[in-house]
Amino acid sequence: MDLDFMLEHLPRLLQATKITIQLTLLSLFFGIFVGVFFAILRTSGNKILYYISYYYSYILRGTPLLVQIFIIYFGLGQVEWIRESFLWIVLKEPYSCAIIAFTLNTGAYSSEIFRSAFETVNKGIVEAAEGLGLSKINTFFKIKLPIAIRQSLPAYGNEMILMLKGTSLASTVTLLDLTGVAKHIISTTFRPVEVFIVAGSIYLIMTFIIHNFIKFLEKKYNYS
Amino acid sequence: MGLLTYGDTGWGDELFFATLMTIAVALAAIFIGFFLAAIFASFKLSKNKILNLIGSFYTTVFRGVPELLVIYLFFFGGSGAVMYVAKIFGYDGYIEVNAFLTGAISIGIISGAYSTEVFRGAVQSIDKGQFEASEVLGFKKKIYYYKIIIPQMLRLALPNISNVWQITLKDTSLISVTGLVEIMRQSYIAAGYTRDPLFFYSFAAVLYLFLTFLSMKMFNRLEKNYSKGY
Repeated sequence: MDLDFMLEHLPRLLQATKITIQLTLLSLFFGIFVGVFFAILRTSGNKILYYISYYYSYILRGTPLLVQIFIIYFGLGQVEWIRESFLWIVLKEPYSCAIIAFTLNTGAYSSEIFRSAFETVNKGIVEAAEGLGLSKINTFFKIKLPIAIRQSLPAYGNEMILMLKGTSLASTVTLLDLTGVAKHIISTTFRPVEVFIVAGSIYLIMTFIIHNFIKFLEKKYNYS
Repeated sequence: MGLLTYGDTGWGDELFFATLMTIAVALAAIFIGFFLAAIFASFKLSKNKILNLIGSFYTTVFRGVPELLVIYLFFFGGSGAVMYVAKIFGYDGYIEVNAFLTGAISIGIISGAYSTEVFRGAVQSIDKGQFEASEVLGFKKKIYYYKIIIPQMLRLALPNISNVWQITLKDTSLISVTGLVEIMRQSYIAAGYTRDPLFFYSFAAVLYLFLTFLSMKMFNRLEKNYSKGY
């Protein structure tokens, strides 16, 4: 173990951590919308919408994230009409491809989390809101959503950590995120243990922060 | 569909053997994981503080660090470690560690971290009376664990083991970075050769879906079988 070596490469790894954090936050942000959208489809009561949402999450959760990134980054570029359309501006960049893949993936997992959270909202509360004359939209945003958010916090915290780890796959489409840079340093210096300790510690610190952030939110929104 | 024919012209046979390789790595990994989980779960459950700490350290690190980083550690570090040992015995050449072994061990260690939590949770959810009764009846610890606790534990742990299996199966796709020819790697080769990545990666996705679907069915059957008496 060589402490000087570890300190020497720390700044580069920290620089790369920025990309990892960006990827994580952006995908989680967009993923929430995708997740809520499919959760609403799932609980809408319409059979067709239900099956669209069901198979969406079934396929995205049943295949590895790596396949999804490769399909979007390598696969879609092969389709003629995509390359000629405005979509190509987005799809030729590995950065946006990675974000699209992560967003769709985390959207599938969070749709399951939000769905089960919506389902656990007590029916009496919803009936009471309707009985008091609240409109459907108001009932959803003021009653159902806040309760569902509180319900889904612990599971969503896990999903955030999984997404943080998932962003490491961005390195397979040439992005230099924390794992990408770590791999580069390992393959040029052949000192895997030291690099693993530094990069791993950075990941663990981020995991720790997410973990405590969720705990804090859970306490804050603990109504009972 | 011509791309998937069997033999020299198509990629059907290559992809078939790649699928078998994926299954083989996943099976090897999950059993390495079970083995590690048995050790570390007992560490986490023991009353010894140091063993507790070792157990927690293991699960925290390997569930918090990306799988890919762990694979790189073993991929680049594995042959280094073996060569270091070989040097002590006087061998000075380059030794490459088998890609299958590297993959199975690195995914196995990650899978073991998840299994540890599953096993620990399952043991803890068994009624304390069962332990006390076994002791009162004069069973030795080893015997009552094997005959009384573990059989009950397996039933409770099965749904979660099914989850760990799905995670492990999907994680094996990452071993493709080490060059082991499993589904992902074979699709990569075929996509490069035929310049048809969309088809081959989509087909890889279908293969993974098929595997996850099949294993779900099998686990459902097992669960039914294990909860016969309930």
